Amino acid sequence: MTTPPAPPLRLVVRRRGREGQPLEFSLGVPSDLACVGDAVELVALQCRAGPLSMRRLAFNLRTALAEALTNAITYGSRRDPAKVVQVRVEVTVQAVVIRVQDVGDGFDPAAVPDPTVPANVAKEDGRGLFVLRHLVDQVTFNPKGNVICLTLRAG
Amino acid sequence: MSFNLRKDSKGVVVVGVDGQLIVGNRQELKQKVLDALEGGAKKFVIDFSRTGYIDSSGLGVLVSLSKKIREQGGDLRLAGLNEDLQTLFELTKLDTLFSILKTPEEAVAAF
Repeated sequence: MTTPPAPPLRLVVRRRGREGQPLEFSLGVPSDLACVGDAVELVALQCRAGPLSMRRLAFNLRTALAEALTNAITYGSRRDPAKVVQVRVEVTVQAVVIRVQDVGDGFDPAAVPDPTVPANVAKEDGRGLFVLRHLVDQVTFNPKGNVICLTLRAG
Repeated sequence: MSFNLRKDSKGVVVVGVDGQLIVGNRQELKQKVLDALEGGAKKFVIDFSRTGYIDSSGLGVLVSLSKKIREQGGDLRLAGLNEDLQTLFELTKLDTLFSILKTPEEAVAAF
């Protein structure tokens, strides 16, 4: 079975990051899980000049962003391709900050079960938020729970 | 990104994962392994030597495949995890669920 091609993505640079200014860009991602891989690569490519090591850029940023986008598309947009998940990224010398916003009703992150307790280890899903929390330096949500903000500090 | 299947002389199916195993391509991996299982293969090794990252959907498909292969009397082993991927399996406690070997050659030899 071949994965269908993902729709094209368009990245908007909001600030170019010259002369010590932060680089800021945004990306609208259609709520199609086939778009996740391309969206992650586009963001990672733009972050290459930032403060993260190649290893953290290759693994931590990519995996964490894939988790955040998958959650937003699956639970926020209910996989409706007409709904767009907004990604906004700021790259400074101190950190990369990624904000992912969906149009859903939000959720309570404290209510998500621990996937590592014996009863849950063999389940097929439920690990996304847990994995994400371990890969970045800070995770915050807005009160509604439809915006997640990931901070990866320099290094 | 792609998945390459090869069958060695002992009848072990080795699946190489190039690039990433994530929500967008996990179904493709699942189908390829299930087709091989239906074709009579029982011993599987997933080789992550050329894999950059795996998200939780990718982990989930490995759990699902492992169950299905065991139901058919077979076994699934993992190999070639780099330090970050190994840590991911340890964090999620999936290292307790899978037999993980250093190289695909070791994983094949262990059958």
